[in-house]
Amino acid sequence: MKIHKYDTVIVGAGGAGMRAAIESTKRSRTAVLTKLYPTRSHTGAAQGGMAAALANVEEDNWEWHTFDTVKGGDYLVDQDAAEILAKEAIDSVLDLEKMGLPFNRTPNGTIDQRRFGGHSRNHGEAPVRRSCYAADRTGHMILQTLYQNCVKEGVEFFNEFYVLDQLITEVDGVKKSAGVVAYELATGEIHVFQAKSVIYASGGTGKFFKVTSNAHTLTGDGQAAVYRRGLPLEDMEFFQFHPTGIWRMGILLTEGARGEGGILRNKDGERFMEKYAPVMKDLASRDVVSRSIYTEIREGRGCGPEGDHVYLDLTHLPPEQLDAKLPDITEFARTYLGIEPYTDPIPIQPTAHYAMGGIPTNVEGEVLADNTTVVPGLYAAGEVACVSVHGANRLGTNSLLDINVFGKRAGIAAAEYAQTADFVELPENPESLVVEQIERLRSSTGSERVSEIRRELQETMDANVMVFRTEQTIKTAVEKIAELRGRYKNVAIQDKGKRFNTDLLEAVELGNLLDLAEVMAVSALARKESRGGHYREDYPNRDDVNFMRHTMAYREVGADGTETVRLDYKPVVQTRYQPMERKY
Amino acid sequence: MATPVLDKADAAGSPEPGAADSPYITVTFRIRRFNPEVSAEATWEDFQLEIDPKERVLDGLHKIKWDLDGTLTFRRSCAHGICGSDAMRINGKNRLACKTLIKDINPEKPITIEAIKGLTVLKDLVVDMEPFFQAYRDVMPFLITKDTNEPTRERLQSAEDRERFDDTTKCILCAACTSSCPVFWNDGQYFGPAAIVNAHRFIFDSRDEAGEQRLEILNDKDGVWRCRTTFNCTDACPRGIEVTKAIAEVKRALITRRY
Repeated sequence: MKIHKYDTVIVGAGGAGMRAAIESTKRSRTAVLTKLYPTRSHTGAAQGGMAAALANVEEDNWEWHTFDTVKGGDYLVDQDAAEILAKEAIDSVLDLEKMGLPFNRTPNGTIDQRRFGGHSRNHGEAPVRRSCYAADRTGHMILQTLYQNCVKEGVEFFNEFYVLDQLITEVDGVKKSAGVVAYELATGEIHVFQAKSVIYASGGTGKFFKVTSNAHTLTGDGQAAVYRRGLPLEDMEFFQFHPTGIWRMGILLTEGARGEGGILRNKDGERFMEKYAPVMKDLASRDVVSRSIYTEIREGRGCGPEGDHVYLDLTHLPPEQLDAKLPDITEFARTYLGIEPYTDPIPIQPTAHYAMGGIPTNVEGEVLADNTTVVPGLYAAGEVACVSVHGANRLGTNSLLDINVFGKRAGIAAAEYAQTADFVELPENPESLVVEQIERLRSSTGSERVSEIRRELQETMDANVMVFRTEQTIKTAVEKIAELRGRYKNVAIQDKGKRFNTDLLEAVELGNLLDLAEVMAVSALARKESRGGHYREDYPNRDDVNFMRHTMAYREVGADGTETVRLDYKPVVQTRYQPMERKY
Repeated sequence: MATPVLDKADAAGSPEPGAADSPYITVTFRIRRFNPEVSAEATWEDFQLEIDPKERVLDGLHKIKWDLDGTLTFRRSCAHGICGSDAMRINGKNRLACKTLIKDINPEKPITIEAIKGLTVLKDLVVDMEPFFQAYRDVMPFLITKDTNEPTRERLQSAEDRERFDDTTKCILCAACTSSCPVFWNDGQYFGPAAIVNAHRFIFDSRDEAGEQRLEILNDKDGVWRCRTTFNCTDACPRGIEVTKAIAEVKRALITRRY
C-alpha cells in the first residue's frame, strides 16, 4: 500500500473533473484520479451543444434560459441553482472559446448557435437558437480542449487509478472527508490519497440499463462510494431516456439532428410529435418525446416487423447540411446500421442517457450529509452530482453546461478550502474495506458470474423502470435486484492476477450498479406521481402537494447486517417561478 | 415527403443463435495473448464464438471475456468510436474494435487480433500509452496567444478560418495512426503522426500565436522530416483524418514559413 498526500484530489477526468482541475491546480496541489485515460471520458460522446444565452443569432437572455430549465425539470429544479447555471453559462462558453475550443462560427465570426429541445424564446413562445456547438462533436471538443488546458497547466493525473472508497473521519462530532482509496489497475496495488478536499466528478451510472447511450465504464462508482459511507443520494428515480438512440444499440443520435430540422415519424410516415407537442413538436423536452415514441409503439404505429422503433428522418435536409452539421451521427448510421441518412430514415428508440439524480450538493459543489449539513472537504460536480439544476428532466445542452459551470465552481471552492484547512487524520487501516473487497472477489470460489448477473440486472431495469413505470413493474424490479444482490455475494472471477485485472474491475463495477439500481427502484416506488423522467402509469399526474420535494436516499445497515434503503425528503428551492402545467 | 419504407436495418431482427433463421455465424478469433504474470512468451490463442455478422469485433471480445475467458484483457469504453480506447491490430490493420463489424473483415477465416505495434505490450491487447501521450504533450497541444488583455467576448474567427483546421480537430488520440507507422516501429523517438496532427490543429488555427515554436519542435531530428509518406496513418485513422496530408502541410509550412 502507498500513501499520497495532496491538497485536492479529483475523482474522474471528464468535463467536470478537468474543468475543476484547471481551477484547483492553480490554487492547490492537485491530483486527478481516473479509472480511464482523461480523453476516454464520456463527455467526449456528447454531441449537440452547450446552452448559453449569448444572443449571437437572435434575441435571448439568461432569464428565459432559467425558465426553460425550471420548466424542463418539471419544477423539481432548485431555482437558485438554475439561475446560476443560466447566468454563468455565458462566461462558461466564452472561457472555453478562450481556451481554444473550435466552435462553429456565424458569418460574423461569432460563435454559432442552434435550436435544441425545450429551449425557447420568451417562456415557451417558439424554439430559440441557444446551443453553442462544434458540428455534432461538441462534447469531444470540450473534452479535448479541457485536456489540452490541463496539459498546459501541468495537472497531475493518475491514469487507470480506480477510486473504490471514500474515507470519512469524525472530528468533534462532524463528519469530514479525509481522502480516498484507489486501486491501481496496472499493478493491483492499493493507494490511499489523503487530501484536504476531494471532488467527485466520476460521471453517471447508465450501465444498469441494457439499451443505453452510456459507455461500458459508466457504473456509478462515485455515487456508490459515498453512499456506502452513509451519505445520501438525491432524486435517483429520475433518469433521462434520450428519444433518439440507434435502435437496439442505444448509441446516441443528437437532438441537434432535430434542431437542424430532422423529424420523427411512425410507420405511416406521420410526424407524430405534432399531436403531443403542438408548439415545440420534435423539439419538446426529452421526457415528453420519449413517452410519445413509446405511445406510438404501444398503439401499433411502430416501425419494422416487430413495430418496436420509429424513424428519425433527415432525408429532406440537404446532404451538405448533414455533412457540415451532423457528420458523426450520419456516419454512425452508416457504420452500425448500413443506412444512408441522405436517402433513408434511421430507426431509433429511446436510450437510457442521463442520471438527473446523484450526490446532493449546494451551489458551491459542497456535498450534503443530510438536507442542510455540509461534509467539510467533500465536493461533487457533473453527472455524479445533484445540485439540482436538472430536476426531474434535464434539457439537452444543459449537461455540457453543468459540467463547466459547476466543475469550475467546485474546483475553486475545493482549492480555497484546502488553502485554509488542515489535513484530517486518516481512519485506522484506511485501506481495509477495499482490501477486503478485492480479496473476497479474487479468492471467491462461488458459482455466480458477473456477466450473467449484469445481464439480468439490465434486462429487469429495461423492462420495469424505463419510460413507463407502475407499482407492479417497480416492485418486480425491487425483488429482482434483491435476488441479484444476494447472488452477487457468491460471484467469482476467473482472473486472479494483479496486472490489469479488468475481470476484477467489472465485478466491482457490478457491485456499484446493483447498489444504485436498488436506490433507484426504491426511490421510484415511493414517488407516487408522474414528473419529468419519472412516469407512473398508475399516478399519471404531477402531485405538487405531496411530491414537490427531492428524494434523499440513505443506506441503513441493521444489527443483523441487512442493508436497506431509507428515504427522506428535501424541499425544492423556489424563487421566481410558480409551478404551472407543462406543455410544449 | 414520401412515407419511409421498410429499411435495411429492419432485416437485422436477431433471433437467438440456433434458431432456423438465425443470423449468427461461427467465427474464430485468433488473439495474441501475453501476460508476464503467467509467461514471458506471447502466444496465439483461438476462440470459437457465435456472432451476428453485424456485431462489432468488440462484441466478440466481450463474448469471450464474459462467457469463455475472463482473463482476456483489453481497454474499451464508449463502444462507438469516440473515446479511442480500443485501437488494436485486426487482421493486420489498425482499427477500433468498436467500429469494425464482423461482416466487413472476412469472417470465413480466423480473425487475428493483436495489440497495436511500437508500444510496449503490458497484457494481451493493452499497451503502454505513456510514450504516445508524451509525444503529444511535447508539441504544446493548447492554444497560445499573446494577448495582454483577455477579450471580454469570444475571439472572432471566420467560418473559413475555422474550416482550415477542422480535419485535425477530430483526433481522439487512439494511437491507431502512430502505431501503424513503420518509422515509429523502428524508432520510438519519432513524434509520430498523432502528435503532428495535434500540432497541425493549432498551427493552422488563426487564433493561435505559437506556430513558429511548434514548427521548430517538429523541425527536430525526430520531427516531421522522418515521415516517409507511406499513408499507413491515413488508412488507419478511424476518424477519417487525412493524416498524411496534415503532415505534408506542416512540412510545407516549415519550408515556406506560411500557415
